[in-house]
Amino acid sequence: MHETGWVAGYTWPVSYYYGNTLLGVNMQKNIKKYWPVFTLPVMAAFAIGFVIPFAMGIYLSFTKFTTVKDAQWVGLSNYAKLLADQTYLHSFFLTVAFAAVTIILINVIAFAIAMALTKELKGTNIFRTVFFMPNLIGGIVLGYIWQLIFSGILVHFNTALNLDARLGFWGLVILVCWQQIGYMMIIYISGLQAIPTDVMEAAEIDGASSWQKLFKVTIPMMMPSITICTFLTLTNGFKLFDQNLALTGGAPMKQTELMALNIYYTFYGRVGFEGVGQAKAVIFFIIVMAMAFLQQYFTKQKEVQQ
Amino acid sequence: MKEKSTMSQKMGTTFLSFLCIFWVMPVFVVLWNSFKNKNSINLMPFELPNAETFVGAENYLAAIDKYGLLQSVGWTVFITVGSVAAILLFCSMCGWFITRVKTWWTKLIYVLCLFSMVVPFQMVMYTLSLVANMLHLTNPWGIIIVYLGFGAGLAIFMFTGFVRSIPIEIEEAAMIDGCTPLQTFFKIVVPIMKPTYISVGILQTMWIWNDFLLPYLVLDLNKYKTISIVIQYMKGSYGSVDMGAIMAALILALIPVVIFYLSCQKYIIKGVAAGAVKG
Repeated sequence: MHETGWVAGYTWPVSYYYGNTLLGVNMQKNIKKYWPVFTLPVMAAFAIGFVIPFAMGIYLSFTKFTTVKDAQWVGLSNYAKLLADQTYLHSFFLTVAFAAVTIILINVIAFAIAMALTKELKGTNIFRTVFFMPNLIGGIVLGYIWQLIFSGILVHFNTALNLDARLGFWGLVILVCWQQIGYMMIIYISGLQAIPTDVMEAAEIDGASSWQKLFKVTIPMMMPSITICTFLTLTNGFKLFDQNLALTGGAPMKQTELMALNIYYTFYGRVGFEGVGQAKAVIFFIIVMAMAFLQQYFTKQKEVQQ
Repeated sequence: MKEKSTMSQKMGTTFLSFLCIFWVMPVFVVLWNSFKNKNSINLMPFELPNAETFVGAENYLAAIDKYGLLQSVGWTVFITVGSVAAILLFCSMCGWFITRVKTWWTKLIYVLCLFSMVVPFQMVMYTLSLVANMLHLTNPWGIIIVYLGFGAGLAIFMFTGFVRSIPIEIEEAAMIDGCTPLQTFFKIVVPIMKPTYISVGILQTMWIWNDFLLPYLVLDLNKYKTISIVIQYMKGSYGSVDMGAIMAALILALIPVVIFYLSCQKYIIKGVAAGAVKG
């Protein structure tokens, strides 16, 4: 421990004489010799956990296989099959609808709660703690908690989540809202607290109404946070899996299957369709990556404007 | 004017209080159902346990006895702690190295890490389980390696971001005084990076503790199960589904999360805000 304190109070006359650039090069050379210690464990694990599976996945999407050894090159036929797969197309449109609904609901409610919590209310900390809590609960646990709640309500109407696709969809929406509103709220709160007070004061002196202040001052100033949260809810909606599996499992008749679950069932539910499943996964990956690039583009554009 | 604002404040507080009660309700419903007999759970979950339906700890004992829940809690703790420790140690070392040494392959590692954060798990799930099988990583020790590889992207991204903000002069001074790179890293850089260790640690803990699909596909399920897997098994097994045991299992899965949350809430909220860039 005493070394740490020693460094903190240390002034270094030596580097003054050597100059930073030259030393930088020597230091790099010195560090570089240690590359196996510093990078090899991660590089090996990264190869096993990501690089090799990813490369294999791309390759296998062009083959027909049940095990890797019998993989036969079939060109684009897997991709042609997935276009003809009604369940996949259905899951795509359902995911788009799901993402659209949750983006609006989560962000509007989270923004409203964040606005309320940055006003001087009593018990702000307790509210924040409670709203954020569901975020830490795992998707499977969340799914079964809400299954209990919904079945308890719907039993009075002689129906259930897994009997009616529309109920299943909205049930999943409510679950995801409950989970994610607290998370987005935290991001909005830190954004709201960063707005300089003099801007608000100026608007007040000019006689702006509360609505004018909200739409002409607060929301434009909050655009960076809104961009982050919109894309977070978008990608979360597309990647949703555990909650979907636990709450409805796709029932009834695959009608509440989002894309991730559809891919999973193609791999592990239909023998001989592994190649198609992998092709579906590649398309899924391209969609998610396109969203990431779009987010980069929007964020950069904002930076230029400011 | 002042009257009005206190009035609206009171209304706001009241409204938020109601919303809060609604927010925690689902967890409490599960809690009291975990003490009811299994037949009364599905039909009337919103009724508190009464003399007829109260069964004490029976559901908890059933979950522990029949489904081996305690073992799975143990394995989940082992996998989470082991993987997070491995990620923190190795990724911080790698993150520091690739920031300080600039060559083509360190840049390549960085780009690959960024790239891996965008890739959804479904893209690699099938092939990852094949690779894990081939290399015999289907046990709790092996899965730590898989988590290190799959979690490296975000961790290295966050560590490199922080290392860039550390003035290089401190490390230079240490090396002039005769520290080897390893000594420099562990004695100088690690203490400075403490806040990043906490943020990364919390994000990875939340992910790995709650993760379902990766351990489900990688682990040898005859021998090892995590909590999420056991709960999915309890529900998915055909025949009679023991709702009481499921409620108890849900509560047992929630307790560590709640303790973890209440004890380091400040860091969790900060860590989450820091990880928001992940997208």
